[in-house]
Amino acid sequence: MLDFLKEPFIAIQEFYLLTGRALRNVAARPHYGDDIVEQMDLIGVGSLPIVILTGLFAGAVMALQMSRALAQYGQVDQTGTLVSISLVRELGPVLTALMMAGRNSSGIASELGSMKVTEQIDAMRALGTDPIQKLVTPRMVATAVMLPLLTILADFIGMFGGWFVSRFFLDLPSQQYWSSVWRQLEWNDITQGLLKPFVFAFIISLVGCYYGLRASGGTQGVGRATTQSMVAASVLILILDFFLGKIFVSQVVS
Amino acid sequence: MAAANPADTQTPVLRFERVSVSFDDTPALADVSFQAYEGESRVIMGATGSGKTVLLKTALGLQRPDSGTVYVFGRDISRMQERELFEIRSKMGMLFQESALFDSLNIEDNVSYPLLNQLSIHCPPDQVLPRVEEALKFVELEGTLEKFPSELSGGMRRRAAIARAVVTQPPLLLYDSPTAGLDPITANTIIALIVKERDLNKTTTLIVTYRYQDGNLVANFRYNPKNGGLEPAVNRTGSQAGAAPRTLFMVLREGRLVFEGPQTELEASQDSYISKFVKHRG
Repeated sequence: MLDFLKEPFIAIQEFYLLTGRALRNVAARPHYGDDIVEQMDLIGVGSLPIVILTGLFAGAVMALQMSRALAQYGQVDQTGTLVSISLVRELGPVLTALMMAGRNSSGIASELGSMKVTEQIDAMRALGTDPIQKLVTPRMVATAVMLPLLTILADFIGMFGGWFVSRFFLDLPSQQYWSSVWRQLEWNDITQGLLKPFVFAFIISLVGCYYGLRASGGTQGVGRATTQSMVAASVLILILDFFLGKIFVSQVVS
Repeated sequence: MAAANPADTQTPVLRFERVSVSFDDTPALADVSFQAYEGESRVIMGATGSGKTVLLKTALGLQRPDSGTVYVFGRDISRMQERELFEIRSKMGMLFQESALFDSLNIEDNVSYPLLNQLSIHCPPDQVLPRVEEALKFVELEGTLEKFPSELSGGMRRRAAIARAVVTQPPLLLYDSPTAGLDPITANTIIALIVKERDLNKTTTLIVTYRYQDGNLVANFRYNPKNGGLEPAVNRTGSQAGAAPRTLFMVLREGRLVFEGPQTELEASQDSYISKFVKHRG
């Protein structure tokens, strides 16, 4: 009767096992340093253009929209505060993570999926390598290092986008904008803004790896794995964002 | 043709004992038992989905049996941890169905992969390249070190994958459909390489194939080091030019082992399924 629950429960169990093994391998030998550096380049440096564009326009749009709401209270000069808080706490981490999910979860899933359906994963095991050690752990470590850095970059670029709008469309003095940007930022915001991308990095890399490694059924299966990984990673990011946000907001309120 | 049964004197290199494997309640191997001895060749035939590939993957420990026991070199691998399996696998070479060369690595890195990654191989760094070149020379693919798998033809990829399987000189070799999708000339070249590896290094060999010619070549031909080609193990006058290693045929049907025996018994079989795989020699 409860057969429909079997599949999701097995999926959760398998994901949990993959996560456990990938984390355990961080300390275990052999270490594949070259693979970690290569993945940092692919995942981190490769994502720069998309992250810069996302951050820039997110900040600009925030400044544009918020200024309208703030104008009702005569507080347009506070635009910088709203832009910085919303960027650092929310938009920077979430938008960067969503972009990375689109680019990297799906990329990882399709790469590992292709390897799975062409028996390269089996060949790897046959030739003395643990695919989780060789493929999953480097991707996880690389994403966990690069996503917070990319988020910091997106935050700064976003603030710059906000400045551009404030300066040229809202006629706010630059100094006023930048001082309102810094003044209201608290440690709580920055901790939250850095913890979120660190957690999201595990979702992005491990969801991609999980769907890639369970791909079956030829090229069609790889396509399916790619789509599923992107959808699952994006949804999980938004769900986790709510809970992480809840923890930090509760801290401030109490 | 068949040598004296070595069962009394030797430990089998590979032994399946009532092995069953199933995927989502569909049996892929059902109660399969056999023993392969050192130097023996096994030709495994069967229709698509009859469990041939699963049998090889179970022998390699890539697939765990649901029940039964698999012994490789006398050790029970059915319940071994993945890391323990690496040591056993370093004594086994496997050619996968679609070659399974790593797309992101060139041929040199592909062939050196087992030398560098199999912990029990202990290949000194200065010996890696010479051994890779030797393995590529063995499969007549010198000069492809820098090429990527996508730049090679299907037959060349298969040969590079054989080089990767034999570079560590494992005593047990498993070939999954080595001639599938190849033209008859290339297919014969590949089988000739397999026979050459078997006869030069005295390996135990399991070959999955659906081409009866492949099995016939393995059973009745041997490698001649003088001219570098294959020659019949028994010449026309009936005198032995040199004994071919003992070759046994196995036929799988829906996961069950329905035939195991020498070529003469296979050809004499009246079973309609088994005889489908046999083309009588002229």
